Amino acid sequence: MALLSKKDAKLVLDPLADNNPITIQVLGICSALAITAQLQAAVVMAISVMFVLGMGNVVISLMRNIIPSKIRIIAQLVVVAALVIIVDQVLKAFAYELSKTLSVFVGLIITNCIIMGRFEAFALGNTPWRSFLDGIGNALGYGIILVIVAFLRELLGSGTLFGIKVLGDPIAKTGVYALGYENNGFMIIPPAALIVVGIIIWVQRSRNPALIEEN
Amino acid sequence: MSDKRLTFKKRLHIIKHGLRGKKLAPAFSALHTFLFTPDETTHSGAHVRVADDLKRTMNTVILALIPVLIFSFFNTGYQHFAALDAAAGTPRQLDLMGNFLTWENFWLGFTQVLPLVIVSYAIGLGIEFLFAVIKGHEVEEGYLVTGMLVPLIIPVDTPLWMLAVAVAFGVVIGKEVFGGTGMNILNPALTIRAFLFFAYPTWMSGDKVWVHDAVRLAGTPDAISGETILGALAQNAPYHYSISDMFFGFIPGSVGETSTFLILLGGLFLVFSRIASWRIMLSSVIGALVMGLVFNGIVDQGWIAEGSRFYSLMSFPFWEHLLVGGLAFGIVYMATDPVTGSQTNRGKWIYGFLIGFISVMIRVFNPAYPEGVFLAILLMNVFAPTIDHYVVRGNIKKRLKRLTSATILAGEAGGKAEQLKAETV
Repeated sequence: MALLSKKDAKLVLDPLADNNPITIQVLGICSALAITAQLQAAVVMAISVMFVLGMGNVVISLMRNIIPSKIRIIAQLVVVAALVIIVDQVLKAFAYELSKTLSVFVGLIITNCIIMGRFEAFALGNTPWRSFLDGIGNALGYGIILVIVAFLRELLGSGTLFGIKVLGDPIAKTGVYALGYENNGFMIIPPAALIVVGIIIWVQRSRNPALIEEN
Repeated sequence: MSDKRLTFKKRLHIIKHGLRGKKLAPAFSALHTFLFTPDETTHSGAHVRVADDLKRTMNTVILALIPVLIFSFFNTGYQHFAALDAAAGTPRQLDLMGNFLTWENFWLGFTQVLPLVIVSYAIGLGIEFLFAVIKGHEVEEGYLVTGMLVPLIIPVDTPLWMLAVAVAFGVVIGKEVFGGTGMNILNPALTIRAFLFFAYPTWMSGDKVWVHDAVRLAGTPDAISGETILGALAQNAPYHYSISDMFFGFIPGSVGETSTFLILLGGLFLVFSRIASWRIMLSSVIGALVMGLVFNGIVDQGWIAEGSRFYSLMSFPFWEHLLVGGLAFGIVYMATDPVTGSQTNRGKWIYGFLIGFISVMIRVFNPAYPEGVFLAILLMNVFAPTIDHYVVRGNIKKRLKRLTSATILAGEAGGKAEQLKAETV
């Protein structure tokens, strides 16, 4: 981390664990539930959000002194929408099948609370470089949770990882399926993602009691 | 004799005091109080001693489940051999002493059902002990009844590892995360069944899972099957069971749900020992009958075509809904769970009525779920606190009204009522 000063490194590393946008701020839950049935979709989603959030934060930060505060939400929306459309078109052009799996959820990045949250809370008051780091950090924090959830859901629900049958063939009964193992259909449905995210939150907070809110 | 036991008891108490504050104290204490009364007495204040603590309550429910469990041994065997006979082309005629209460039936059922019971208790109690040791509190008895209910509400051939996974999920996510026994929102036994149903649907529905060995023999020349009555109705297919078969439970189904007669006996026992609420049971039955009558009425009016996929289920006589599937079992042993059900008397009527009503509705309208009782009870578990909230609120309003309309000291009381209202609303 010689590249970054200690303060800048904190911007990237904090959202990975102790200030994670999903498990601590509980933002961006909808997409975390919707597209984590497959690891591939989750990774693409994480990269898309990283692009939108990183670029968006820089653009908003550059314009932070000229956006009138009364219409700042609309200005932010225009920026996100433009970036999301770029991502959507790129996916349609180069990964058509994948963009069909992700369907509306790429478009719904526009409404992802994490993005508007970072624009409002950070980019409007910080320099472009720091805003960029903050965007990348938060997108990474979001991506990590997405990948963990998708890893568990795809492995237990479909017996595959990135579409590769790591546990054997459920129909030909090879691998662990020969022992009587079966895929867990519950992991495929969205409520399972909610429970997995809940368990991650549980584990995280019992490892670090400072994160537990007082009530 | 009594002297010897006394010293044994004393010795246990000494061990207990020695363990105080240690990690294993709760685990030892749980086993200890299961059999003996602790020697501790409280030293201050006035105390009321009652005989029925949580353990006694749980044991009473288990007692009410024993006949159902024993019947399930015989029925598991009987259904298996009856299906074999039917596949061989010589369908069996039921003969209670001749071919039902036989050693052969009992032994097959015993060896099939007992492992389910053992796995259910071993995993469930293991997790309870683990959480008690980690959290350092006394082991809670909540799992005693759940552990017995679980094997009775699943198909007999459920693989043991699936049951183990489901029990672990149900106890941790259904109960422990909410704070353990008494704090759970959902009935843990039904959470376990729901998990199994959504995780491994091929093992929880269809015509292969209800009879022992049907899954293993599927596709071979010796293939056997045993469709439940509800499953047959959902496909507009005929079934060959008489009303008395349904009532006494000589039908395929989940391990312990078939015998309405024994469930009824268990229910009466629970009502007379004041463990379970008769209000919930009665209102659930009424709810199921009302929904069944509505469907029968629709058929009588000719509003539904005979070719419709709902026709068989809708024209099924309304009162026979109580005899088939898990409705009776659910109403008696699950809906009456004092933790997850409504607490207020009026709330119990509403809660129970909706359980019966929704169960029959799910049965008829959703062919993917031929049995809707567990979903109906889980749904109403979620709404029970809301129902209670409005019952209590209604009661407060009624009393406030009585206070304001009181003639004596009208002015003063009115002011007080406003003040009370401001505090409560």
